[in-house]
Amino acid sequence: MFYRESGQLKTSYQEDQALLSITQDRIGLLLILIGAFVLIPLLASDYWFTAILIPFLVFSLAALGLNLLTGYAGQLSLGTAAFMAVGAFAAYNFELRVPGLPVLVSFILAGITTAIVGIAFGIPSLRIRGFYLAVATLAAQFFIPWLLVKVGWFTNYSSSGVITTQPVEIFGYVFDSPVERYLLVLAIVSVLALLAKNLVRSNIGRAWMAVRDMDVAAEVIGIKIMRTKLIAFGVSSFYCGVAGALYAYVYLGSVEPDGFNLDLSFRILFMVIIGGIGSIMGSFFGAAFITLLPIFLDIIINDGAALLNLKLAAGITSVMQLLVFGGLIIFFLIVEPLGLARLWQITKEKLRLWPFPH
Amino acid sequence: MTENILNVNKVSLSFGGVAALKNVSFQVEEHKILAIIGPNGAGKSSLLNVVNGVYKPQKGQVIFKGKTWKNVVPYEAARSGIARTFQNIALFKGMSVLDNILTGRNLKMRAGLLSQAIYLGKCQREETNHRKAVEQIIDFLQIQHIRKTPVGRLPYGLQKRVELARALAAEPELLLLDEPMAGMNVEEKEDMSRFILDVNEEYGTSVILIEHDMGVVMDISDKVVVLDYGKKIGEGTPEEIRNNQEVIDAYLGVAR
Ligand SMILES: Nc1ncnc2c1ncn2[C@@H]1O[C@H](COP(=O)(O)OP(=O)(O)OP(=O)(O)O)[C@@H](O)[C@H]1O
Ligand SMILES: [Mg+2]
Repeated sequence: MFYRESGQLKTSYQEDQALLSITQDRIGLLLILIGAFVLIPLLASDYWFTAILIPFLVFSLAALGLNLLTGYAGQLSLGTAAFMAVGAFAAYNFELRVPGLPVLVSFILAGITTAIVGIAFGIPSLRIRGFYLAVATLAAQFFIPWLLVKVGWFTNYSSSGVITTQPVEIFGYVFDSPVERYLLVLAIVSVLALLAKNLVRSNIGRAWMAVRDMDVAAEVIGIKIMRTKLIAFGVSSFYCGVAGALYAYVYLGSVEPDGFNLDLSFRILFMVIIGGIGSIMGSFFGAAFITLLPIFLDIIINDGAALLNLKLAAGITSVMQLLVFGGLIIFFLIVEPLGLARLWQITKEKLRLWPFPH
Repeated sequence: MTENILNVNKVSLSFGGVAALKNVSFQVEEHKILAIIGPNGAGKSSLLNVVNGVYKPQKGQVIFKGKTWKNVVPYEAARSGIARTFQNIALFKGMSVLDNILTGRNLKMRAGLLSQAIYLGKCQREETNHRKAVEQIIDFLQIQHIRKTPVGRLPYGLQKRVELARALAAEPELLLLDEPMAGMNVEEKEDMSRFILDVNEEYGTSVILIEHDMGVVMDISDKVVVLDYGKKIGEGTPEEIRNNQEVIDAYLGVAR
């Protein structure tokens, strides 16, 4: 009844092509933005910022990057964490070696560096696909952290391999407190998400999907397959690189190459699968889900045990997490390959008709 | 005398030991519709694939608009004005009808990556302009009601129509249609025939059409080429083909 486009006549193609062509969607987005930029900073605690909201946003960005590559362009990658590492260490070295370089510029340069590395590791995709490509990206996943450890220059010869990031200072203002750091990530992620949405609704986005769905037909209508795939690797890696820089600078503050391991790559891949392959919003859903799930499970299991007066074996929650994760991933792969985003879309379609079916 | 837009000259193509095409030559006159007929496995699809650079013939040349192609790839064929549809529908399944057709215009879009990311301004103007062009094609093919539907959900006949729309979106000079009416009922075939004729008349597009339905072939083509086992065994107006004994033996006899 309340969510529908009836009575909202579009008078031009431009209006029809607008980002959110239904008024309710526009209001919805506005509410989310107000909530995220105004209400949450007023209400949330430091624990929420540092343990939940900041990682959620950083992972959303990484998942978004992977989703552009895998969901839109159809190229599977298991190297996401490695690309994040490139971003983190690139930003660190730019800041370290170029005195006075604004940190936002470092983040952008880190993204560009990662894009170049990503394109290099995307070259095998021109010959191989699917499972074999995944194996090729796995090479990146093992090679990059190894190289970062091996070549001391990258970590500024830190003996443990751990780097501590420089303060995040923009125009003389240091983003230090949890709420400031949260707002900074939020702003960066919002802008990058908007740009990604624009890309996927323009020519390049259609080319990505065309290559994903039917590469022979794409080639025959004049899409350059190689170029399209490499752009996907480049743009995707840019996003992962910036996510990596934020992961180091805003979330953890100090990182080591081995932290960017295959586990992390898989976590991000799961976010994409659960959130929705080929959906910008799905990347956020997936990141939220996977960030929040352990916390909820923790609460449920511990409170449940307390309620029943049970003594839990140590580590039971992490085992439960794995079980629930595994179950959910199988569920989504089999029942709803398009993830939470698709469930959300179905709900909206139902709402559009509600309360009158048909 | 009209110009030939396409000149296929003594083309031979084989896959390993299998000879798909043997010394095939024919011409397509500008603004005309040429039909290719022949039994299954005769090499019809292979011939189209040679014309738009998907397959490279071992021998012979393809001359398009007076230019001889050397090592042509599908991208260049598309750029120089050839569009096609496939025997097995090759739409982009995860995309809407509108996006499928818009993709057909990708070669005409100029906005760079950054401009697309920012969207406002140049990219938006371009998207809107191309949308207008695509809407004309949508009107023309009468698929307004499904423009936002994901193509995977459409019935077969409509998918074939969307594929034609995507090819037309490129505003081709030569349109290659590989069995556009296969699996359609009589009514759908009539619609499709009319669309092909209209495209040919209104935009002057030259057409190569592979079709098994002899009724359709007789109705809409200006010239017919008959293939059998990779060899051209006949060529002429529909009338001549109908009365060609060799063709009747090889093909029409079989078809009936
Ligand atoms: N990519 C390929 N690799 C190997 N052999 C091929 C290939 N494409 C076609 N052929 C062979 O070439 C011959 C001609 O095939 P083609 O598809 O061109 O026939 P067709 O006339 O289109 O038949 P149909 O009416 O069944 O579509 C067949 O023997 C086929 O097996
Ligand atoms: Mg065929």
